[in-house]
Amino acid sequence: MTNLNSQHLRKYPEKPQQVYLFGTCLIDSFFPNSGLDAISLLEREGIEVIYPQGQTCCGQPAYNSGYLDEAKQVARQQIQQFPGDMPIVVLSGSCGGMMRHHYADIFKGDGEIQAFCDRIFEFTEFLVHVLDIQLDDKGDKERVALHTSCAARREMGVHITGRKLLGQLNQVELVTHDYESECCGFGGTFSVKHGDISAAMVADKSRHLENAEVLRYISADWGCMMNINGALDYRNSKLKGQHIATFLLNRTQKQESRS
Amino acid sequence: MNNAAQYKIKVQESKYANSARAFRENVARDLDNSELRENFRGAMDYLVDKRKSAFSEREELDCLRQQCKLIKQRCLVKLPLLLEQLEQQLEQNGIVVHWAESITDANEIIAQLIERNNGKSVVKGKSMVSEETALNDYLELQGVECLESDMGEYIVQLAKEHPSHIIMPAIHQNKQQVAKLFAENIDGFDYNTDVDTLIQQGRQVLRDKFCQADVGISGVNFAVAETGTLCLVENEGNGRMCTTVPDLHIAITGIEKVVEYLADVPPLLSLLTRSATGQAISTYFNMISHPRQDGEKDGPKQVHLVLLDNGRSQAFADDELRQTLQCIRCGACMNHCPVYTRIGGHAYGTVYPGPIGKMISPHMLGLEATKDLPTASSLCGACGEVCPVKIPIPKILLRLRQESVKPKSDDKQVMKGQGAGRKALEAKIWKAWSLVHKRPVLYRTSMWFLTRLRGLMPKKLGAWTKVRTAPKPAAKTLHELMAQRSRGIRDEV
Repeated sequence: MTNLNSQHLRKYPEKPQQVYLFGTCLIDSFFPNSGLDAISLLEREGIEVIYPQGQTCCGQPAYNSGYLDEAKQVARQQIQQFPGDMPIVVLSGSCGGMMRHHYADIFKGDGEIQAFCDRIFEFTEFLVHVLDIQLDDKGDKERVALHTSCAARREMGVHITGRKLLGQLNQVELVTHDYESECCGFGGTFSVKHGDISAAMVADKSRHLENAEVLRYISADWGCMMNINGALDYRNSKLKGQHIATFLLNRTQKQESRS
Repeated sequence: MNNAAQYKIKVQESKYANSARAFRENVARDLDNSELRENFRGAMDYLVDKRKSAFSEREELDCLRQQCKLIKQRCLVKLPLLLEQLEQQLEQNGIVVHWAESITDANEIIAQLIERNNGKSVVKGKSMVSEETALNDYLELQGVECLESDMGEYIVQLAKEHPSHIIMPAIHQNKQQVAKLFAENIDGFDYNTDVDTLIQQGRQVLRDKFCQADVGISGVNFAVAETGTLCLVENEGNGRMCTTVPDLHIAITGIEKVVEYLADVPPLLSLLTRSATGQAISTYFNMISHPRQDGEKDGPKQVHLVLLDNGRSQAFADDELRQTLQCIRCGACMNHCPVYTRIGGHAYGTVYPGPIGKMISPHMLGLEATKDLPTASSLCGACGEVCPVKIPIPKILLRLRQESVKPKSDDKQVMKGQGAGRKALEAKIWKAWSLVHKRPVLYRTSMWFLTRLRGLMPKKLGAWTKVRTAPKPAAKTLHELMAQRSRGIRDEV
């Protein structure tokens, strides 16, 4: 996996006027509100967000299943949709890791594709390191837990940025939960191919989050959240996950927009 | 056909091939065993904490990992040369070298050595390579008694099991289970569940055996080409007993254990013990350079080294897969693995469980028997993060998945059993998936249908909905909402 030091060495650009948004296929068809909330946050910071209609999926499902050629063709399709040198903000650490690190690997030695990879930023990483966003908390007192995806943590090395963003919210208490850095058991096709192992993992993750005694946990990855929320919902748990974009937006504007 | 010949045929395909094929059934069995799961979770938590406290300085750890990765990579690049040099140096020192391509070759070499020396009783130090060759089974068929002398291995042998962890072979058993096992097997065992007392009583049995044994068998952690030295890391002193008391010492190891210089050993050793058990150094560190010499009062009269390939050269031949051979067998990858922690070591069905097992077993047993192993990972990367020699484990698992699903007819034959995991329907699905996702119009149309037909989404989605509710597609896609937005329509879902 990626050298964790790479993030320390990453040179962040000046705040741009425009960015591209890669919404991810999951947000596109299942959770578009998280995409809209992320866009609202970026726009509030004075950034114009461009959403290329030609984007589809980063190719990770096929790549993780061993179908390299199929993944490559889809990857090329994405790369073509984001011309120029504008930063590309990705609404998932997992898709971000695919586009930033695995594309570089798949097309090793291709300078243009490497340049594309260098423009990939995970959403919370972009808010903290490029925008240096300052959040003014307008919400009520609340305790939340945070689930960071394995790809955000270990591939993108951005596990600290979600924490930093929540830390800026005065009324929000971030509760750590047991085995916080452990995988939720999603892993894309793994959750279906090895359903019983995945089930054991998500059962443990849900329990650890419930033991944190919060009503809401926050995450920047819908892959994990679809998994954990699905398991919580199945057991009629009161606990729910919320995308970090929605949470940050709701906390920093007067009225809650979307849940 | 005599027994040995029958056995040879059986063992050509290691007995582990069948148990690896049964991976899914093994998993179902062991996931249901709550005592087993508790034993593993508790033990892994302990080992994770121990490792963490052994590396208090992040910078030092990073530097040491980088250094050791480079050492192992340098040694692997020169592997053929270093093996020749090792053989030369060892022979000069009076240690006889034997080459074994398969596990059967290795077992035969060892059995012949024992026979030639009229060996009757063998004591073994811990050796995973001898587990790989199923040496105990082989020797038993030859009428040679083989006793495991590492406490964990001894427990596993008494229980007629296999190690469930490469460093802690009996970690799947708790002290109550061990006490019960001893009560059933050790004459005069004074029943109790105190760990120290248990170990003392077990050791008493072993002590007597050490004095009687005429052959000692051990593994090797590092074989130094420069000096012809075999290094053995251990904590119980049983390794030293096995390699000094009996007249005949046979060491067995994989070809990847060779290092170039003696100076390569200290950083590797420091990283090995700290990654494995959190120890600054192991209680014993043996450096074996020659058999007993004139005037020396102890030590074996003969020392032999068996160097085993068993699929390693297949990994060696490919630049990416070669990194698998950097492994120094510390076990940190399994200690940190959420899958291993849940299913335990036996479910894998292979000698080496956990992430390292998923990487190395396909070379030993072929992809046909092991095709379920590389996919049994969420690719969370916890293993790669702690690997002392920085093997990019998730990347290698991805590569093995590629080898497993690529057409059998593919010209590039990298691995035995290539294409064994390929299913025609699955291949077609990915082809269709790719077709849709590289054509934006087709993609948007598909998603339009998915969202419009969301009321028809089935409530049951196979394995997913066994423990989760099904996600529901949104009423409109983000693509649509953004297209509307650019036309000035704000339609919130």
